[in-house]
Amino acid sequence: MATEKLILNFPQDVVKKPVVYHIAKDFDLEFNILRAEITPEFEGKMVLEIKGKKEKIERCKEYLQNEGVKVSEASREIILDKNLCVDCGLCVSLCFVKAFYNKESTYEIDFDKNKCILCGICLNACPVNAIKAKV
Amino acid sequence: MPKTIEEINEKIKNGSVVVLTAEEIISYTEENGIKKTARDIDVVTTATFGAMCSSGAILNFGHSDPPIKMTKVWLNDVPAYAGLAAVDTYIGGTELSEVEGMNYGGAYVIEDLIAGKNIKLRAIGYGTDCYPRKEINTFINKNSINEAYLFNPRNAYQNYSVATNSSDKTIYTYMGKLLPHFGNATYSCAGQLSPLINDPYYRTIGIGTRVFLGGGIGYVVWNGTQHNPEVERLPNGVPVDGAGTLALIGNLKQMTTRFIKAATFPGYGVTMFVGIGIPIPVIDEEMVEYLKVKDEDVYTNIYDYSVQRRNRPIFGKVNYKELRSGTITINKKEVPTGSLSSYPKAIEIASILKHWIKNGNFLLTQPVVNLPTEGFTKPLNIVNEEEINGY
Repeated sequence: MATEKLILNFPQDVVKKPVVYHIAKDFDLEFNILRAEITPEFEGKMVLEIKGKKEKIERCKEYLQNEGVKVSEASREIILDKNLCVDCGLCVSLCFVKAFYNKESTYEIDFDKNKCILCGICLNACPVNAIKAKV
Repeated sequence: MPKTIEEINEKIKNGSVVVLTAEEIISYTEENGIKKTARDIDVVTTATFGAMCSSGAILNFGHSDPPIKMTKVWLNDVPAYAGLAAVDTYIGGTELSEVEGMNYGGAYVIEDLIAGKNIKLRAIGYGTDCYPRKEINTFINKNSINEAYLFNPRNAYQNYSVATNSSDKTIYTYMGKLLPHFGNATYSCAGQLSPLINDPYYRTIGIGTRVFLGGGIGYVVWNGTQHNPEVERLPNGVPVDGAGTLALIGNLKQMTTRFIKAATFPGYGVTMFVGIGIPIPVIDEEMVEYLKVKDEDVYTNIYDYSVQRRNRPIFGKVNYKELRSGTITINKKEVPTGSLSSYPKAIEIASILKHWIKNGNFLLTQPVVNLPTEGFTKPLNIVNEEEINGY
């Protein structure tokens, strides 16, 4: 079993195709939609975590590309640099999936990478520039 | 029996002083009552670490040969005020770099100075018989500079607003990035640890009070600008909005970048995180009544920062226990909260100050003059010369 985080970009003409349905049905993959949005230009963007057999994931990616979906692996990662962080908590208020959180007793800030859905709202916010996107 | 500052200082000198942080005093008072706490405890240490825009440093560079009367000064391309004597200057925390804009500014110069880094100094002057030089380009650092001290006109706000955003677009403020439709709310007071929350009527904190400032020793030199003591207060004396403020001074050369930290709020500008610790002598039982204050006893107003006016709409009051829980309710909506002041840093400062006092390295001071408990902040009105005579 393998797990991959993919970023899917749907051009306007593909937005209406039920491609995610086929991911489950034709490739027997488990998927979790971390984030989905339609831009003002009617293009779709989705962050998807898929779990299944490695070769089925590869075939699924081929299928998506053939359907006109641009697939890129979510290589971008949000990083919290604890050397710079002053433990304020602005990021905590911005993070609706609670990947940034206050530790219970000390109120120190921590970051749970697994909860992060790469929405990027926390970028361009940290006063001491401790939050960065690693590409 | 009330205690005097002299008596407490004797205990500090002979090592018998009993000190608690403003967090520790809460449970101590709950367990032991007011009377026993007033007898047992001599000093309570309070602290805050937050973004305080009205901060800066006075620098005296020493004289070059031949000397110059500096009229314009830049430090790492950040302009500093030079309308003082020849080589005196004031570098304000929020001043932006002429080259890097919001990515660098006065607070960064101050942090770099404290860190021991070299700073590029450029100055020009018009040349006089006594100061013939018209231009200078050189470097300074913490060791080379003649004098450097922080002089912060407004620090340590006694309580502060909660900021939120009712509009349909993200706004970038000094209270941080605020998401549309009440997407988040930010606050900026250390609550139960905050200095002036623990001495709400300024009984022990006044002009001359020795404090922890940025890792070194500092002093209260005046009330802070916009000192506004007459705001609404709860029965425990705690104001429900920004009220008292402090002007602080301290030797920059003693400070550390752990407790002075430059910051940029994207879209707003440069500011400075300042770490402050203030000891409060437990002079009597009344003082314990104030010092036992806890987060749920401290309320503050929630303001709509999307309204670009001096007076912003208020969505009600909330206490710091609710704020610290992670969500508050505004207009029936659950809104995630975040603090702009660092509670862990404030705890660290309160603990350091506690140890300084216990180890006999920090004596308390009687204020030379108490801070005003009356008066309010005047607004700036846009008037003509006839109208101003009516004020």
